[in-house]
Amino acid sequence: MQIYLPIAEMSVNVFVILGLGGGVGFMSGLFGVGGGFLMTPLLIFLGVPPAVAVGTEANQIVASSVSGVLAHWRRGNVDIKMGLILTAGGFVGSTLGVYLFRWLRGLGQIDLVISLCYVVFLGIVGGLMLVESLQSLRATRKHANAGTTAPRRKLHQHSWLHRLPFKMRFRRSKLYISAVTPALIGLFVGILAAIMGVGGGFIMVPAMIYLLGMPTAVVVGTSLFQIIFVTANATFLQSTMNHTVDVVLALLLLLGGVIGAQIGARFGAKLKGEQLRSLLALIVLGVCLKLLVDMVSTPGELFVMGAGGKH
Amino acid sequence: MRFRLALLLALCAALSWSPPARAAEPLVADLSNHLVAITTGFAGTDVLLFGAIEDVDGKGGGDVVVVVRGPNRAETLRRKARNTGIWVNSGTGKLDGAPSFYWVAATRPLEEIAPEVILDRHQIGLEHLDLDIRVKDGEMDPAEYRKALIRLKQKQGLFGDKVHQIGMLSQRLFRTDMHFPANVPVGTYMVEVYLLVAGQVVSAQTTPLVVSKIGIGADVFDFAHQQAAAYGLIAIALAALAGWLAAVAFKKG
Repeated sequence: MQIYLPIAEMSVNVFVILGLGGGVGFMSGLFGVGGGFLMTPLLIFLGVPPAVAVGTEANQIVASSVSGVLAHWRRGNVDIKMGLILTAGGFVGSTLGVYLFRWLRGLGQIDLVISLCYVVFLGIVGGLMLVESLQSLRATRKHANAGTTAPRRKLHQHSWLHRLPFKMRFRRSKLYISAVTPALIGLFVGILAAIMGVGGGFIMVPAMIYLLGMPTAVVVGTSLFQIIFVTANATFLQSTMNHTVDVVLALLLLLGGVIGAQIGARFGAKLKGEQLRSLLALIVLGVCLKLLVDMVSTPGELFVMGAGGKH
Repeated sequence: MRFRLALLLALCAALSWSPPARAAEPLVADLSNHLVAITTGFAGTDVLLFGAIEDVDGKGGGDVVVVVRGPNRAETLRRKARNTGIWVNSGTGKLDGAPSFYWVAATRPLEEIAPEVILDRHQIGLEHLDLDIRVKDGEMDPAEYRKALIRLKQKQGLFGDKVHQIGMLSQRLFRTDMHFPANVPVGTYMVEVYLLVAGQVVSAQTTPLVVSKIGIGADVFDFAHQQAAAYGLIAIALAALAGWLAAVAFKKG
């Protein structure tokens, strides 16, 4: 069954889009990431103009994050105070990001910047996560064999980050740190989220674990919580500035996505944190590798037309 | 615009030369539909063009050529080049006067119907399109940009990849099916029908064809452009509502 997308100005198969939404939604619920880093490249691959893919994906992530966060909320796994500070930074960041997106589109280099961002950040994040999760998996197994439990991971090391002003107590995260660090992380991830058409969870989650030292249990819920607001801001700005949010496409994607996210969250509750992280790391590295190969190998067609739409 | 005007003048001239009596009009053509409506279920459509020609020279000779042009659109082409290992957009070419859609049908191969100069004058055939190309590229010829535009447009299905066949019935009646793919750009198209005898255009007719979004899709598009802020807020509200509904539904289930 074909349906015409009014903003993307193309015709797509309804079931392909629903399936895409469901599959990516499942991962979103499983790992607590928006799933945008998979969805945006897939949409572009289907022929959706990159600008529309980025704008629409922001809108869809609002839905999958709302759906996902409620499950974590019930279990008390959302640090609202931390979430609000990340959101404050994220608002500024995503606004800057949308302007940056527009500027790069005018220069004709937006595709390259999107690809470079993906390769660099997916590569770093995926690599770090894989190494860390494999190490802790091995440690758990060793202790299990010895009949003891793994030692409690040290929550965080003290570094220059902890000498910053505006210290705050984050009860849920069991932290007493400066508000400047999460605000800056929110800002930085917000910029990337707007440019890459993602929620930024795949950067936010490791940043919360490794930079802020938050406990893994609250990381996913809090990340989803702040993603709602950052992607809502990006949706609004992309709608008003670039007219690149396709509501019909977003509704189809989120229809599959919200259901997939629920199932994913249920699966995620059964898996161990280390297992989840190593699985996510492999997927992240896979996408990174694919994009890297595309950037380096000789393209079949050297010319591209109208990079960045017609407005 | 200059060429469009020249074409109109040529058409007027052609029409004024034709015999005064209405019954003796050498070329009559019409479309099965003057509106291509892009509705929610739109997946491309065919429009039938049909007509009749008069036996002008008494020998039954005479060829019909149909050209469909979408509204002109400025296009930007970018060329990738390898730079420190990765492929980067390096050269740009801006093309004006390229039709957003271009499709040709004829009773015989174009080169047998008319000499180059006639095809050039009326811009019949991809090689005869008059494109204004401004290239900023130190390494690549503008001609390569022209070829690339045609190649990319053909890949999108917006430029015909060959001259389609027009079926003739008893050397008087003709018909052809024009195909418009799902990604057809909106606007007012010109369907030009030429009657050529001995390599000269003896008659021509231009029929407009409107390609327009109709129904919910059109309303969404208009709303998104005219009430962008409200559209954005509604998009966010819809997404939040859908997410919440799903979470509630799954809690019970």
